[in-house]
Amino acid sequence: MIELIQHLVNGLSLGAIYALIALGYTMVFGVLQLINFAHGDVYMLGAFIGLYVSRHFALGDHPSLGNLIGVLVCAMIGCAIVGFLIERMAYRPLRKSSRINVLITAVGVSLFLEFSGQLLFGSDPKFFPQIYKPEGDWTLGALVINPLQVMVLGISLTLMALLQFVIFKTRLGRAMRAVSFNHDLASLMGIPTDRVISYTFMLGSALAGAAGVLVGLTYPKIEPLMGVMPGLKAFVAAVLGGVGNVVGAVVGAITLGLAEEFLVGYWSPNYRDALAFAILILILLFKPTGLFGAKRTEKV
Amino acid sequence: MTQKNEPLKNLSTHREPRSGLRTLWVWLASLALVWALDFWVTDQLDAYFFTILMYAGINITLAVSLNLVNGFTGQFSMGHAGFMSVGGYVAAYLSTRYQAETPLAFVTALVSGGLAAAGAGYIVGLPSLRLKGDYLAIVTLGFGEIIRVVLLNIDAVGGARGMTNIPPLTTFGWVYSVVVVTVFSAWRLVNSSHGRALLSVREDEIAAEAMGVNITRAKLRAFVIAAFFAGIAGGLFGHYLRYLNPATFDFNRSFEIIIMVVLGGMGSITGSVVAALFLSGIREALRPLQEITKIDFRMVIYSLMLIILMLTRPNGLFGTRELSEFLPAWLRDRLDPKASRKST
Repeated sequence: MIELIQHLVNGLSLGAIYALIALGYTMVFGVLQLINFAHGDVYMLGAFIGLYVSRHFALGDHPSLGNLIGVLVCAMIGCAIVGFLIERMAYRPLRKSSRINVLITAVGVSLFLEFSGQLLFGSDPKFFPQIYKPEGDWTLGALVINPLQVMVLGISLTLMALLQFVIFKTRLGRAMRAVSFNHDLASLMGIPTDRVISYTFMLGSALAGAAGVLVGLTYPKIEPLMGVMPGLKAFVAAVLGGVGNVVGAVVGAITLGLAEEFLVGYWSPNYRDALAFAILILILLFKPTGLFGAKRTEKV
Repeated sequence: MTQKNEPLKNLSTHREPRSGLRTLWVWLASLALVWALDFWVTDQLDAYFFTILMYAGINITLAVSLNLVNGFTGQFSMGHAGFMSVGGYVAAYLSTRYQAETPLAFVTALVSGGLAAAGAGYIVGLPSLRLKGDYLAIVTLGFGEIIRVVLLNIDAVGGARGMTNIPPLTTFGWVYSVVVVTVFSAWRLVNSSHGRALLSVREDEIAAEAMGVNITRAKLRAFVIAAFFAGIAGGLFGHYLRYLNPATFDFNRSFEIIIMVVLGGMGSITGSVVAALFLSGIREALRPLQEITKIDFRMVIYSLMLIILMLTRPNGLFGTRELSEFLPAWLRDRLDPKASRKST
């Protein structure tokens, strides 16, 4: 029983991180029908921005919650800029080309970020400084909960709530929903679709940046290829929940995080990375719209 | 799908190559040439260039076979390295297990590897080819990863340690015979009615279906054939390097093959051959730079190349054209400019 709860906590905090990344996928897919392969690498950049900011200000010397929030904000702003640039330079010129071409470009951008990351940061893992160190573990009988994990969960949920607010309560959110509903119609209604798409990229990338910092905090080894697997898994999570659906992405991500944690805990860690793909294949076969996705009919 | 607004080059203006097997002698002659060159190349050529040449041949096989799926059928597969690894491992397992080093045994091992890869292609393709575009790309990527993870956990083939002591059976003759056979098969396939079915799937699935093409079966056929040749390439690779490791067949390997196809032009066999040769060469040309800086520039350059290619020349070097389409016209132009101007 204790073990079960332990796995549950671990799975939730892993799932929350996947969720932050998955949200970016799902939002971009919503407005552009594009799978932004480079999204996982934006998350990697977030972690590295966090690393360099904390190093520069020597934040590891005096761990505090304020430090964490400061670093989070820096990483989010940095990633938003990166997201903006990616969209502007690589995807916007291809707005009118076929989807395969855009897909190839997205793969290209992703690999470019990964390998120029290796050039810039070096390919060996870096140690993320402990910018926030809560006192001791919380023990409840035999159950040990690391407050850091709770913090990660808390920050993720806060960011998700913020995103939900932006999407459903602001003019920008309404414009985003309009663009994802129908791109051409939205532009006829006077919505500056290109700008909305830019904002969507920036929002999604900012969330990925936050996820990068949170991961750096909980699993403090970061390296330029760290974004590949979480990126793909977050994509699986987005598909699981129904691509384009914000709530679905969160549910899918948490499901995936839990499934992975239980697989590792009760069976074998060897197939950890294969699980996500198996889930993806199954969901695409049996319910391609995902758990919460709307059905789209194809017209000639 | 790839060139929606362009005239369907391969469909309309494409001439049927002289019917039947009348071009067969060209291919048989190239096979003979390969074996004639075999002795010379193996003896005379510098070991370094020999290695490059061998990898170039393997890459041509991989690129041409992937082009059948990504180029001609318009389905974006990202797991080609997975099939390559299946073929490589099966072939290597057979020849180490039975210690057979005769040419016949080698061919058997290679073909078994190819068939195993084709089987894997069938299993992978059957469910995933119902998906389109981006989803297919990710699912094939996922399958490639699953194959790799499974290989990592099979102890009979060495698991993460890799498989060693594979007999060195791959020679120049074998590699380039496979190249000739692959190019010939791809060429004949694309110009057959099955091939036109593939092209129609690429151009418009719904229209193709309305014309009576069983699109899932057409895609599956392309996929299985591509996997077969990838498997054979894997077998050649394993018997040349004499060592196989699942880490060799990761996503980056698939990506290298993809960029060959894209650079050459999705839908051009000539393009794939040229791009595979070019990229295999450039990889070595960059090596000194890499040794000075201790950094692997290759992937950075590949990925930048891919982005710039998509932005400026999305059809690649050759688009959907083949050597046989523009070489005769070009030659005529050179030899007798007046005549060609009159005729056009």
